[in-house]
Amino acid sequence: MNDRDQIISEDELHAYVDGELPADRRGAVEAWLASHAEDAARVAAWRKQAELIQARYGGVANEKVPGRLNFARMARRHRMRWIATAAAAAIAVFVAGGLAGWTVRGLETQAPSDLPRFTADALEAYRLYVVEVRHPVEVPGDQRPHLVEWLSKRVGSPVRAPELDRLGLKLVGGRLLPGPTGASAFFMYEGPSGERFTLYCGHTSDQQTALRYTSGNQNAAYYWVDRNLAYVLSGPAERDKLRDIAQAAYDQIDTRSSPRGG
Amino acid sequence: MSDFRQRIEEAIPALRRYARALTRDTETADDIVQDTLVRALRSEHLFHDGDVRAWLYTILTNLNRNRLRSLSRRPTLTPIKDNDAAMTGPDTGSRDIARALDDLAEDQRAALLLVVLEGLTYREVAEVQGVPIGTVMSRLARARMQIKAYLDGERPALRRVK
Repeated sequence: MNDRDQIISEDELHAYVDGELPADRRGAVEAWLASHAEDAARVAAWRKQAELIQARYGGVANEKVPGRLNFARMARRHRMRWIATAAAAAIAVFVAGGLAGWTVRGLETQAPSDLPRFTADALEAYRLYVVEVRHPVEVPGDQRPHLVEWLSKRVGSPVRAPELDRLGLKLVGGRLLPGPTGASAFFMYEGPSGERFTLYCGHTSDQQTALRYTSGNQNAAYYWVDRNLAYVLSGPAERDKLRDIAQAAYDQIDTRSSPRGG
Repeated sequence: MSDFRQRIEEAIPALRRYARALTRDTETADDIVQDTLVRALRSEHLFHDGDVRAWLYTILTNLNRNRLRSLSRRPTLTPIKDNDAAMTGPDTGSRDIARALDDLAEDQRAALLLVVLEGLTYREVAEVQGVPIGTVMSRLARARMQIKAYLDGERPALRRVK
């Protein structure tokens, strides 16, 4: 039979072995295997591999879980540590806040545009909070509407917390910070293996800009201005990844703000 | 205990199984599971909805990839450890399979194990690995081809497989 529909691809053979084949293709695959010995042998070999893997490792799931993986105990310890760190973080914020104030004052005289101060403050805030594992934000990301409403009110313009789930980033939450021109909104995002990115946003008198790049020690940022708001997206100095994230944030902020007309 | 935490706790045996097959070493595997659980606790507030198990597999897969990356910077040779007391079966096939897994590229090994050992769908594996389904399928195909070549090569009456 040379009917095109009857030709079975290798993908379909894998899907067949893994139970992923749509029911209406099963018959065709089985007929194919009955008349194609080499493919039938491959399918048998793949099944044998799966059996060997299950025989070798399947039993691990029935072993007694060792004490160090006792989850209830880990959760209790986690809670204790969280309380201790929260106290330490409160002190760190106080101290660093003082330092950041001095930095800003130094830059003030030589900066005609707001943007250098924005990026400096944003990177400062990034470095300060990104290492804070247990108390990085004031309002957690599961209260996104409340968080955005509160920060918009304090900043004095509608700010956005872009959705970056498509890039594997979840919103940890946000906080209010002092900025070069007044209150600034600060959002933190985290990837599945703990890498963090922050978006810093506040009022500026600068003109609209496209994405621009700046890098610090081990951190870097993309920044732009959109409708009198300066945005700084900071993260580890991996330029390509950072640009993808900044671009996604930029696009969302751009399209979402337009219907509102500022 | 919250529903979220209960679902994590229920997933621990499967996470250990996956980690053991991924690393082929009991201690390393449990270290990674422990790191995974710590991260899950830390990120509890990040988790909105969805499949807790798939999320845990994602953390574990990434942690192991990071581990291998940092190992590869050091030029040490890691012997294949076979300290798994729970090894079953009289034939040597199950010992061979550990060595065959060892030869695979990390992403291929993870894709294969998530499918055949952990029973994830292609779509779930695509989410765990952060790649399109087509990439998952090609990783699976390459892993299976390479294991087959390895196992065929080990048999006495062999054919040369390229």
